[in-house]
Amino acid sequence: MSQATDTQVTEDGTIASVSGPVVVATDLGARMNDVVYVGDEGLMGEVIEIEGNRTTIQVYEETSNVAPGEPVANTGEPLSVDLGPGMLYSIYDGVQRPLDVLEDQMGAFLDRGVDAPGIDLDEEWAFTPTVEEGDEIGAGDVVGTVPETESIEHRVLVPPDYDGGEVTSVEEGEFTVEEPVVEIDSGEEVTMHQEWPVREARPTVDKETPTTPLVTGQRVQDGLFPLAKGGTAAIPGPFGSGKTVTQQSLAKFADADIVVYIGCGERGNEMTEVIDDFPELEDPNTGKPLMSRTCLIANTSNMPVAARESCVYTGITIAEYYRDMGYDVALMADSTSRWAEAMREISSRLEEMPGEEGYPAYLAARLSEFYERAGYFRTINGREGSISVVGAVSPPGGDFSEPVTQNTLRIVKTFWALDNDLAERRHFPAINWDESYSLYRDQLDPWFVENVATDWPDVRQWAIDTLDEESELQEIVQLVGEDALPDDQQLTLEIARYLREAFLQQNALDDVDAYCSPEKTYLIMGAIKTYNDEAFAALDAGVPVEEITDIDAAPRLNRIGTTAEYEAFIDDVEDSIESQLREKY
Amino acid sequence: MKEYQTIEEISGPLVFVEIDEPVGYDEIVEIELPNGEQKRGQVLESSEEFASIQVFEGTGSINRDASVRFLGETMKMPITEDLLGRVLDGSGRPIDDGPEIVPDDRQDIVGAAINPTAREYPEEFIQTGVSAIDGMNTLVRGQKLPIFSGSGLPHNDLALQIARQASVPEEETDATVDGSSGETETDDAVTDEAADIEATDDEGSEFAVVFAAMGITAEESNEFLADFERTGALERSVVFANLADDPAVERQITPRLALTTAEYLAFEKGYHVLVILTDMTNYCEALRQIGAAREEVPGRRGYPGYMYTDLAQLYERAGRIKGREGSVTQIPILTMPGDDDTHPIPDLTGYITEGQIYVDRNLNSQGVAPPINVLPSLSRLMDDGIGEGLTREDHGDVSDQLYAAYAEGEDLRDLVNIVGREALSDRDNLYLDLADRFEGEFVDQGFDTNRDVEETLDIGWELLSTLPKTELNRIDEDLIEEYYREDIESETGDEGATDEESEEQTAEAEA
Repeated sequence: MSQATDTQVTEDGTIASVSGPVVVATDLGARMNDVVYVGDEGLMGEVIEIEGNRTTIQVYEETSNVAPGEPVANTGEPLSVDLGPGMLYSIYDGVQRPLDVLEDQMGAFLDRGVDAPGIDLDEEWAFTPTVEEGDEIGAGDVVGTVPETESIEHRVLVPPDYDGGEVTSVEEGEFTVEEPVVEIDSGEEVTMHQEWPVREARPTVDKETPTTPLVTGQRVQDGLFPLAKGGTAAIPGPFGSGKTVTQQSLAKFADADIVVYIGCGERGNEMTEVIDDFPELEDPNTGKPLMSRTCLIANTSNMPVAARESCVYTGITIAEYYRDMGYDVALMADSTSRWAEAMREISSRLEEMPGEEGYPAYLAARLSEFYERAGYFRTINGREGSISVVGAVSPPGGDFSEPVTQNTLRIVKTFWALDNDLAERRHFPAINWDESYSLYRDQLDPWFVENVATDWPDVRQWAIDTLDEESELQEIVQLVGEDALPDDQQLTLEIARYLREAFLQQNALDDVDAYCSPEKTYLIMGAIKTYNDEAFAALDAGVPVEEITDIDAAPRLNRIGTTAEYEAFIDDVEDSIESQLREKY
Repeated sequence: MKEYQTIEEISGPLVFVEIDEPVGYDEIVEIELPNGEQKRGQVLESSEEFASIQVFEGTGSINRDASVRFLGETMKMPITEDLLGRVLDGSGRPIDDGPEIVPDDRQDIVGAAINPTAREYPEEFIQTGVSAIDGMNTLVRGQKLPIFSGSGLPHNDLALQIARQASVPEEETDATVDGSSGETETDDAVTDEAADIEATDDEGSEFAVVFAAMGITAEESNEFLADFERTGALERSVVFANLADDPAVERQITPRLALTTAEYLAFEKGYHVLVILTDMTNYCEALRQIGAAREEVPGRRGYPGYMYTDLAQLYERAGRIKGREGSVTQIPILTMPGDDDTHPIPDLTGYITEGQIYVDRNLNSQGVAPPINVLPSLSRLMDDGIGEGLTREDHGDVSDQLYAAYAEGEDLRDLVNIVGREALSDRDNLYLDLADRFEGEFVDQGFDTNRDVEETLDIGWELLSTLPKTELNRIDEDLIEEYYREDIESETGDEGATDEESEEQTAEAEA
C-alpha cells in the first residue's frame, strides 16, 4: 500500500519469531504481498510466504529489539507507490519515502518506524484541463496538464483501472493532488494522485520494435554499441572498472525525457555525489537543470536489505507512469547484483532450497520479469512511450560466468563489458570493444544514416575491423615485438592506437569531452579514417613507415575530444595530415 | 530482567535457551556459570519458546546449569571523550589499568545508516606523505580506503605511516608552509615535515585515531602500541584489541564498538577520526564460523550470503555529515588469502569501499617501501579532492599520465623477457626506463619519509619529462608548458652512463 492513504487495517496478528529482516507472525489474515506494520514501532514489511496460520514477512527496516508477542497490523494492500506531480527532483529510499523529509523528521541518521508519503500531499499544482464537460474519456486518457518542472509537463492520466465515461465536471486552477479535478458520469473522480502496486506492470496496448537510438553522448556506446530507446543493456564489470561512472554519464547525458536512477545497495557517498551534482548540472539537450527530469532512488548498502529488494520495482513503476504520459524514460539500476543478493539473503532466511551459488531458483524469472518491463510501447491512450533499462552488474571476482551476469545476458540486447585492464591504464570508459556487443545496430542504422551521415555504418565497420586486426596483431607483437612486423601491419597498429586514444577514450571529467554528439563521434572516426587512408597511400608510394607515423599533425587527433569548436579543428587536422603526408612523396 | 536456567543445547559458539516470555532480536544476554564466571552474548534468533544466543567469549565451560539473563536491550557502547588514550579489550572493557571509565552516553553499536541527503560529499584532501597514495590514489576525509595485502607483507608499517603522517594542509598553515618552501625549496623537507606535525599538534584536539584489532597476534598488536606510544599518538587514540587467542565471536562486535566510538568522537565532539580496522579477514572468518554453527545456507566459499550487507554496515559508517565538524575516515586492512583478490573478502570489500590500495609481493621482495602497486589501486574520491585550490592544478593530469605510462612500461617488461631490449623501439625503451624509475623513485620512499604533495608532483614531472612532449596526451597543453622540465632530457643525455641510455643513443644513430 502507499503511505498517502489511510487504509482500514483488517486483521491483526502476533509475532512468533524474528531472525534479521524475516519475521514470522501468527493469526494474521493477510494475502501474499500485503503490506503490514510489524511490532510496537510499526515497522513496514511485506508478506512473502503463508503457511497455515504462519505468515512470513520481510521487514523493510532494522529489526533489533523486536520481540515475539508484539502485534502485526495488516493493511490489506500490496506494496504500492504514490504517483503524481512532484516525483521529479525527489530522492526516495527503496519504498518511496522521500529522504529529505526523513532527514527533517529524524536527523542525519535513518531511524525506523517513520512513514512519509511519496509525494507532497499539501502542495498545490496548477491544473490545466484538456477535456471538456461531455467528452468521453477512458482508462489511461490524459485529462489535463500540470507544469511539474521547467522541462517536464506532467500529464494527468485517468487511472488504468477506471471504467471511464462522460465527463460531468472539470476544474481548472490550483489544487492539491488529492482534490478531484475531473468527474466522470460513472461516479469516478480523477485526481492528480494515483497509486499502483510495484510488482505489477502498468498495462499497455502493444510493444513495438525500437528504431531510435538512446543517444548517450559516449563515443564508444553511440558509435560502436548503440542502445535503442526502449532497449535493455547490461554493464557488468569488476569493482573499480567504472560501472557507476558509466551509469552516471548515461543519467546525465542520455537524450531521454525522464531519467529514473536507482542506487541499489551502493555507496552512501556515491549517492551523495549524485544528489549534490545533479541539481547543478544542465541537461545538454535542453539546457535545463538535470534534476528537473530526474527521480533518484537511493538505497545504500547499509540500509535495510528488504528495501533493497523492492527498490528496483519502485523505480520501474515510476518509469512506467511517465511512459504512460508518452515520454521516453531511461532507467539506470546500479547495481542489479545487489538486488539479486538481497533476494538471496531473504531466500536463505526462509530456508528455501537454493539454486546456483546460493541464489534462489527464481532468480532468472525475476530478472527477466524486470527487464521485460522495458520496451517501446503503444500506451492505452494511444501515445508512444518507451522505457530503456540499463542494469549494472557486479560479478564477484569479475567473473562473468556467475549466475546474475549470465541470466542478465540471456535477456538484454546490448552488452557493455567493463574491463579491469583498461581501467588500470585509465582507459575510460573501460568498455572492452572485443567483448561488448549490441544487437540493435542493424535496426538503428537507418536512423544514423538519416540523421548523422550516410556512410555511418561503413565508417563504423572500418573502425571495428581495424580494432579487430589490432587485437590479432597484438598477440604476435607480444611474442616478437612491434619492429618485427611488416610495415603495413605496423601502420595498422598505429591507426588502431589513435582509435583507442582519440575515439574510444573519453574524459568524463573534461567539460567538453564529457558529452560527444553523434555528429562529433562520426567526425572523429572520420578524421582517423582520413589519416588511415592518407597513411596507406603514402606507404604504397614508398614512404617509410617511421616517417608516416612521425608527422606532428597525427597526435593532434587526440585533442579533438576536448576541443569545443571541433568542426574547424578537425578540418584543420585533416588538412595538415594530408599535406604533411603528401609532401613526402 | 528475565533469568532462566533452561539451557537446552550448546553447540559451537551458540547456546539455545528455552524461554517462557519473548525476548527481542539482537538483545544482550549475560550468562553466569556455576563458578561465578560471567559471559556475554547476543540473541540471534528469537521465537516464542526458544532463543538462540551467540556467546562472545566462547561457550567453553558453560553447562546446562548456567543461568541466562536477558538484559532487555541491545548492545550498547559506553562512550566519552575520556576514552582517548585508553586501551580496551575486544568487548570494550579497559585492559590498561587506567581509571574507571565514566560514560557520557551509551549508544547502540549497530549504528543507523546515514541518510544520503544528510551526508556531505568528502572532498578534503588528506596528505599521507606517501607519494603512491597522495599522487596516484588520493585519500580524502570521510573516505573508506582499504589496504589489500597478503600474509607476510608490511601492511602494518604502511598503516602506521599513514596514521603518523596524515595531515590536512589547512589554509593558514598552508600559507606558511608554502612560504618556507618557496624560499628554501624542497630540499628543506624536514622543515615542511616539522611544520606539518606542528599543524596537527596545534589542532591536536581535532585529530584522533580509533584502532580496532581483530584476531591479530599479540606481537603485531605490540608493534602498533609501541609505535603509538613512541610518536605520542596514543594520547589521541582509542585502542580495541581482540587478539588471535581471544574468542572469535567477539570479533563480531569489536569493529562495531570501535565505529560507535569513532562516530561519537566525530559527529558529537568534532574530531577528525581515522579508523584502522585490522584484520578484516579475521572478522569475516568469524562471521563464517557463526554462520556454520547456525547451519545457515552458505554463499560463496562457505561465507554467509549476507556478508555483503554485514560488511557494508561497517564500511558505510565512514563519512561526513552536513553541518557537523568531524569526519570518520576508515582504513580497513585485509590479508587476501593466497593473494587472490577475487576471494569473497577482498571482492565484497572492493564493491563497498571507495577504492583500494594494493600492497604487492613482488615490489616488496624488490625492496620497494612501501610496496604499493598503483596499477590495481584506486581512490574513487580522488577526482573531487584534488586540483586547483585543493592540491595543485596539474594533479589529475599528471596522475593519469603516470598511470598510462607506467602501465605501458609494465606491459613491455613481459616483452623484454622474450626479445630483449635491443629489439624494442626507442619509444618502448623510454617507457621501460620510466617504469623502473617510477618504482625506484616515486614509490620507493621508505616508511619514514614524509613527502608533501608538491614534492610528489614534482617527482612525477621529473619522470614524465623523460618522455617527449607529444607523448603526454593526457595533460593539458598549458600545464605541459608550465611544468615540463626541458632540462631533463639533456641531463640524462649528459649522464648517459647507464647501459640503456647508451643503447638508446646507438639505436637513434642507427635510425
